[in-house]
Amino acid sequence: MLKIKELTVAYTSTPVFSDLSVAFSPGKITGIIGPNGAGKSTLIKGALGLIRRTGESFVDNQPVRRVRRKIAYVEQRAALDLTFPISVFEVVLTGTYGKLGLFKSPGQTERNDVMKALEQVNLTEFRNRQIGELSGGQLQRVFVARAIVQQADVVILDEPFVGIDMKSEEEIMHVLRDWRAAGKTIIVVHHDLNKVANYFDDLLIMNHGIVAHGPVSDVYNKVNIQQAFSADLSAVLFTETEDVS
Amino acid sequence: MTSIGEFIAALGHYNFLQSALLASVMVGIMSGIIGSYIILRGMSLMGDAISHSVLPGVAVAYMLGINLLIGASAFGVIAALLIGFVATNSKLKNDTAIGIVFSAFFALGFILISMAESSTNLHHILFGNVLAVSDRDLITTIIVLAIVILFIVLFFKELLITSFDETFAKTYGLKTGYVHYGLMIVLTLVTVSALQTVGIILIVAMLITPAATAFLWTNRLTTMVVLASALGALASTIGLYLSYTLNWASGPAIVLVAALIFLGSFIVSPKQGFVTKLMGVKNA
Repeated sequence: MLKIKELTVAYTSTPVFSDLSVAFSPGKITGIIGPNGAGKSTLIKGALGLIRRTGESFVDNQPVRRVRRKIAYVEQRAALDLTFPISVFEVVLTGTYGKLGLFKSPGQTERNDVMKALEQVNLTEFRNRQIGELSGGQLQRVFVARAIVQQADVVILDEPFVGIDMKSEEEIMHVLRDWRAAGKTIIVVHHDLNKVANYFDDLLIMNHGIVAHGPVSDVYNKVNIQQAFSADLSAVLFTETEDVS
Repeated sequence: MTSIGEFIAALGHYNFLQSALLASVMVGIMSGIIGSYIILRGMSLMGDAISHSVLPGVAVAYMLGINLLIGASAFGVIAALLIGFVATNSKLKNDTAIGIVFSAFFALGFILISMAESSTNLHHILFGNVLAVSDRDLITTIIVLAIVILFIVLFFKELLITSFDETFAKTYGLKTGYVHYGLMIVLTLVTVSALQTVGIILIVAMLITPAATAFLWTNRLTTMVVLASALGALASTIGLYLSYTLNWASGPAIVLVAALIFLGSFIVSPKQGFVTKLMGVKNA
């Protein structure tokens, strides 16, 4: 369970959001949706303490900075150097570094974990490839495999489905559902409203603060989408028939 | 031009030449190792900056009669901290901060050196004088090489992950700042050793050219580090041979050899692929 308490993040003098508090439930896949610039990624980075913020976040009632290893974070892909001399296997192996700590090298146990994770995302045959030689979808699966290896209680993915093929998307969803079955807390920043009902149990709708939070069936409706996005989009997504419920 | 046989014979006769070769090879190895991380972290300019910034440290060490390593490291680290401070506390970009700090340090060093006693030869500090390596210098170089190897072996994981994916390293709780400044300290130690062989101005070439050459040949970090150090040692040896036989300055000779090896690799390496691309065109 990840709890965020009174979080405020400001890049400039106007905060992106202030005093935001929210708790993500274990055993559920929660989607975070909202328009561009609504503060979705900022919420995640703030909760992880990667950017300057006020407020605090907790995993199982312990401050995140003390229990960092309980969280796995799959960043948006853009920033990495894809020419780096590192293979698929080695990238996934870096998922064991947190647990190993200083001065310990990954051993056979860690290598076995990596092989299992690669199998789960169907990348076993690509394990010796340099990461620049992969497609967008394969690359995203590499980072999901690394999150598997981290064996964290909370897994956060920032727009994992952007620019990837359907097969990769399905395989990643499969892993997410396995994690859910294992009782982990899964949080996905998401951009595509179409699949919201299929993919998520809970939904956090944001627009510089929380618009709505709860089970998809309760909060994914015309009013909330209109408030977070626009009346036009809301009208397209929710036809009259759906509105009755 | 003397033959290679004569060069080897001279090596047997002259202590100074043996010391020079040993020092050059060790510097080639250590700068290849550290240089690999410098280029992978996109810090080539930072490498250049730190090497220039140790100059005032060298001057102060001469003046106070303390060990060069201590004076140089102190100024190298101060420069790294200042660059970090200016970059994070202003809206200036990192390379601008680097440019301001290192040129100021270099200027300060230049003036301090001219104030220091006359026996310190500025020209030798700037361009290296490997033929004047003393036994004490040699011992210092051995110690620095040991520190460099120990550093990258002990912190292999930390150096790898902070070079490749710093955000990830932060999320699992690694203090990435410590890794950065640790690397900066080791870089200043390497710089001081390389002062003797290639001089301050050309150190950056020893850091990045062999490493960049190695990068063209491999997709594995360990292979890259080993290959870069081997290429650094090779360039140092051939450069020293040219320096001895043609009476060229050792630093520029070594750096030119390294650059030629890079040029050759740039043309034929499979990763860069000029030749493979050409053959591909012919086959098609």
